Amino acid sequence: MSTMIKVGMADLKICKAPDAITTLGLGSCVGIALRDPVTKVGGLAHIMLPDSKAIQGVSHVPKFADTGIEELVKVVVQAGATRSRLVAKIAGGAQMFSFQNKSELMTVGARNVEAVTRILKEMKIPILAQDTGENFGRTVEFFPESGDFVIKAVGKPVKTI
Amino acid sequence: MAKVDLENMDGVYFDVLKEIGNIGAGNATTALAQLLNQKVDMKVPKVALLEFSEVGEAMGGEEQLMAGIYQLVEGDITGSIMFLLEEKSARTLVSSLMGTPPSDGDFTEMELSALKEIGNIITGSYLSSLSMLTNLKIISSIPAISIDMAGAIMSVPAIEFGALGDKILLIQTAFSDDIELDGYFILVPDLESYEKILSSIGM
Repeated sequence: MSTMIKVGMADLKICKAPDAITTLGLGSCVGIALRDPVTKVGGLAHIMLPDSKAIQGVSHVPKFADTGIEELVKVVVQAGATRSRLVAKIAGGAQMFSFQNKSELMTVGARNVEAVTRILKEMKIPILAQDTGENFGRTVEFFPESGDFVIKAVGKPVKTI
Repeated sequence: MAKVDLENMDGVYFDVLKEIGNIGAGNATTALAQLLNQKVDMKVPKVALLEFSEVGEAMGGEEQLMAGIYQLVEGDITGSIMFLLEEKSARTLVSSLMGTPPSDGDFTEMELSALKEIGNIITGSYLSSLSMLTNLKIISSIPAISIDMAGAIMSVPAIEFGALGDKILLIQTAFSDDIELDGYFILVPDLESYEKILSSIGM
């Protein structure tokens, strides 16, 4: 029997095939799925903000793109993934509300995606696919067995990337 | 000036915020009753300081379809306020306001405008009671609306809160009588504004 592991907001977890891992209702947050295609060990992080350095006294590692991705890599490697084989898929980073004068807050989705993309590039982890931006929420399911990243949105067909 | 730490909020501060929530929601109920020309009752609001991971659960699951009406707050305090209600309640509310049968499928532009206006009136009455209690000038922006999963909508104020701490303050209000509505307020002042609110009422 395979189980579906749930990752909450500002959280991260590992997952080994045949199990799958999910996070529900990603808005401006970004979901980052990592996978080693050989050992089929993966993990999913649900980050909220781009940069831990912009905020004093970071207590919650998975909340930020920088500290969250670093931690996710660490735990998937501990669980049996090989660092050099890791590949990524990402989703989320929507702009849920549109205001006339775009404050910094309103563009946080785009800034999250930008930070995640940059950090993964720096860590030399290729992004195989992404479904980001726009103005709607997403629920994602990741299957380390196949590498499928299933994206569900309200009133839209289910999409696998 | 009162020092506020959301992580270690003690009973008295919490009670004050709860009472503001109570009065605000009371005024919001009156406004709603006038708008709909119907009797509307309100249950005692529940106020909770929640972990991010618990917020979705509190609203009936992260995938619960909700309407969120979001406004930025300016003046003596800065931050934002959101009024959320279940999508089903939103349809009921719009249909009784516009005198049309509840629709399904996508909301029309007209229905979205009506919802925005309802949100505006409800948060407006909430904010004006906060303003009266504290003597602080509080102005809200034009509302923006999103109809989507609770988790996705909540990510916006959660992110705003996330810059402060790991918890979020949620005021849950149930309106009832002729129509049953489950509504939630999320007031997200920045930390400095929290201190201003509490100081202004002598805390």
